[in-house]
Amino acid sequence: MEQSFLDYYSLEPVTRWIHDTLCGVMPEGWAVFLEGLVLGVVILLAYAVLAVVLIYMERRVCGAFQCRIGPNRVGGKGGLLQVPADVLKILTKEIIRLKNSDHLLYELAPYLVILASVISFSCLPWHKGAGVLDMEVGILFVLAASSIGILGILLAGWSSNSKYTIIGAVRSGAMLVSYELSLGITVLTVVILSGTMSISGIVESQADGWNIFKGHIITLVAFVIYLISGNAEANRGPFDLAEAEQELTAGYHTEYSGMHFGFFYLAEYLNLFITSGIAATLFLGGWMPLHVAGLDGFNAVMDYIPGIVWFLGKTFFVVFLLMWIRWTYPRLRIDQVLNLEWKYLMPLSLLLMLIMVVLKVYGLVF
Amino acid sequence: MTDFTLLTVVVLTAIVLVAAALLIARLSAPRTFNPQKGEPYECGLPTRGTSWGQFHSGYYLYAILFLMFDIETVFLFPWAAVVERVGMWGLVSVMFFILVLILGLAYAWRKGALAWK
Repeated sequence: MEQSFLDYYSLEPVTRWIHDTLCGVMPEGWAVFLEGLVLGVVILLAYAVLAVVLIYMERRVCGAFQCRIGPNRVGGKGGLLQVPADVLKILTKEIIRLKNSDHLLYELAPYLVILASVISFSCLPWHKGAGVLDMEVGILFVLAASSIGILGILLAGWSSNSKYTIIGAVRSGAMLVSYELSLGITVLTVVILSGTMSISGIVESQADGWNIFKGHIITLVAFVIYLISGNAEANRGPFDLAEAEQELTAGYHTEYSGMHFGFFYLAEYLNLFITSGIAATLFLGGWMPLHVAGLDGFNAVMDYIPGIVWFLGKTFFVVFLLMWIRWTYPRLRIDQVLNLEWKYLMPLSLLLMLIMVVLKVYGLVF
Repeated sequence: MTDFTLLTVVVLTAIVLVAAALLIARLSAPRTFNPQKGEPYECGLPTRGTSWGQFHSGYYLYAILFLMFDIETVFLFPWAAVVERVGMWGLVSVMFFILVLILGLAYAWRKGALAWK
């Protein structure tokens, strides 16, 4: 297959041109500072806009699955202004100081949660040449960065000095660390198949077919395991027992009010997006267009659709799948959750990984 | 820009996001004092004793098991990236490594560490 379509929309010449032009009119330090500033603003905007879109989508999807209407009053027929109104409302709510909490850790927890999700958010491959953090060890870095969030959750629960929060925090700690194992091992399966850990490398290794088609039935099963454990990592769906509202009020963030609570809410939705984005990268080819062998005209048309459309389309498809799961299944109990991970998903994903190694060593993959 | 410059930018962005939103809230939100507001939330009842007490030890067991397997995954990553180059011999060595870990899991399972009591 010719590689020309890969460079068709590449953003790398553009960023290099901007850097060179800036270096021409000012010292390099200033140019890097300016670029960093612009980059930061872009990340912030993308983060905030995606959060609003995802919260709106969740409400509409939830309404549809439960045969309800969903938001439909504020801002015309579709309730489009409901979420922006909520954002304004939460920004102007009082932030309550607790009497007997561990204050330093209580204030630190939202920073850690947001930090984890912003770092992994900037690792996503939006487009060719547009991944912000694109390291050689990219996917391992994403796993490492997203586990900072667990620390934030544990700190939030522990420092609030309330019984609900501490139960919620240890529950979610045990669940998140457990599901990180099968998540890590399924990612390992893809790394074996692609032969690289860098995120752009994984995307580019799928130029001749997405991983989900390349690895026989194995990557398909790994994809399902990834979705289950990614759902648990994002604290959602049947695995939201860390904030089981019927038993624990709101779990680990019970004592947070106003915008303090807003950070946990924001991070929850962005983590959903990041989980789906990584799923799209690892299994569905990231920004790679869909190609069918033999249909040259079809492939050429697909190449004209820009990469970011492909990436967002695949990611929102996975987001929709996860929302579907969340609003369909009832919540599990903590022992059922841990049994599912340790007795079924983890041994199964180890087995899949070993089969994938054998296939790869003998060259049996496509 | 190098990876670490970019990482610094991203980390600063996250910190600025939280700090700026909190600043807006501090400036615009009402502030009233009421001693009841500082109490831990417990559906209206006053809390008895401290909450920094004991919790179920089962969580602790899972955390220990997790440590073992998480370190294993970190060791496997560099090998996974070069599976084709190290070939059969690498596969055999890693199989042995994984076998030891599976024995550990089987032992914990047999001992009842995975049963929720």
